[in-house]
Amino acid sequence: MSAPVYTLDQISKTYNTRRVLEVEQLAIQKGEILALVGPSGAGKSTLLRLLNFLEQPTQGKIQFHAFEFSVDKEPPLDVRRRVTMVFQHPMLLNRSVEANVKYGLELRGIRDTQERVKQALAEVGLEHIPNQKANTLSGGEAQRVALARAIVMQPEVLLLDEPTANLDPYNVGLIEKIILHLNQQYGTTLVLVTHNVFQAKRLAQRVAFLLDGKVIEVSDAETFFNHPQDPRTAAFVRGDMVY
Amino acid sequence: MSEELLEIIILSLQVSGVALLISALIGIPIGVFLGLNRFTGRRLLIALMYTGMGFPPVVIGLFVYLVLSRSGPLGSLNLPFIPALFTPAAMVVAQSIISFPLVAGFTMAAVMGVDKRLRQQVMALGATKQQAALTVLMEARIGVVVAIIAGFGGIISEVGAVMMVGGNIEGRTRVLTTAIVLSTRQGDFNLAIALGLILLAITFLVNVAMLRLQGKSFDE
Repeated sequence: MSAPVYTLDQISKTYNTRRVLEVEQLAIQKGEILALVGPSGAGKSTLLRLLNFLEQPTQGKIQFHAFEFSVDKEPPLDVRRRVTMVFQHPMLLNRSVEANVKYGLELRGIRDTQERVKQALAEVGLEHIPNQKANTLSGGEAQRVALARAIVMQPEVLLLDEPTANLDPYNVGLIEKIILHLNQQYGTTLVLVTHNVFQAKRLAQRVAFLLDGKVIEVSDAETFFNHPQDPRTAAFVRGDMVY
Repeated sequence: MSEELLEIIILSLQVSGVALLISALIGIPIGVFLGLNRFTGRRLLIALMYTGMGFPPVVIGLFVYLVLSRSGPLGSLNLPFIPALFTPAAMVVAQSIISFPLVAGFTMAAVMGVDKRLRQQVMALGATKQQAALTVLMEARIGVVVAIIAGFGGIISEVGAVMMVGGNIEGRTRVLTTAIVLSTRQGDFNLAIALGLILLAITFLVNVAMLRLQGKSFDE
């Protein structure tokens, strides 16, 4: 296996006095789909924000390729722009679908956006409504626009924070297909936070189980679901409470 | 008379227009800053800004009068860019001070009304802090235009400050509000009423123009 995209070393994140994340070691490989599963408050979303460089760890180092970041060394803009995130709520701008999708390109000063926007909208099956206002879309359509807005920038890493929570099965299916296609076609590294064990099973090559801010277990999907090493992972996979 | 009236109308629009531009350039960034950042002393600044939103124009007039007068701290410096008393520029200074806390206060409220998660999303898409602030401001545009309208309303109708620092000098610093005061005092009620109606009409037209600024999103 080639060098990992991310290497986390003795990371912790504290808000006020509450420690919400404490990861000793975690590597994220290039081109993989890694699912982060665990109950609410386990630190999954915090971990994603750190991976997106939206926040810095309180302690420890995050290595992204050859760059190393810590609390007093924030990543430069061009590094930050190689990673993006789609959240549970689509958070579209009060503009047209097209204007939303090209937003990230405009931030980067890219002028010639038309073809790329068209292609990204086609990928999510919304090429027929570029001029529709974002606030008139259904929940599933809005989330697909949010996905198009991320993939149009051809990010090296795409972070997904519960991207299909609250969506109907049809849209869940569509979005999962887009995610898989992105990974297979472009080799995009994907980190997916999900509550849904079945979704992790369908999509992920590796799965990490988080509990109380700690990574309890991380292994390939087959091992994770069929032969979990930790009894708490086993309980979670079975659908039992682990608190 | 009609030429004189036209001059008064034009000066009113010039003074309040330039003052509004200045207070928008100062007030909108302050509003965005106070709306998006959390820091020690923020509450104190907001309390001061709220006070400024309700400050009596005549007190601002007095303050500007004292500062700009020949014996005042700025007036005595005799610098070219510091306006002299009883000039339109002095009136602009006073009206800018009256107007900018209104613009800042309503802008802050508008910006704080935008979902916090939007800024995080925009940052995740690769925005710099400035780009994110600008995007949030664009999302809050309806409220920001209301802020500008409030700022304009606060000064186009204002009489105390322009009277004090302008002096209501015929052909030089007379504006609609001070002309109304004068003609009422002189017992020329017809003229006072006519001037009042002109002021109302101008305010209405300016606000219609501003409503257009809010764009189509206003109808959704």
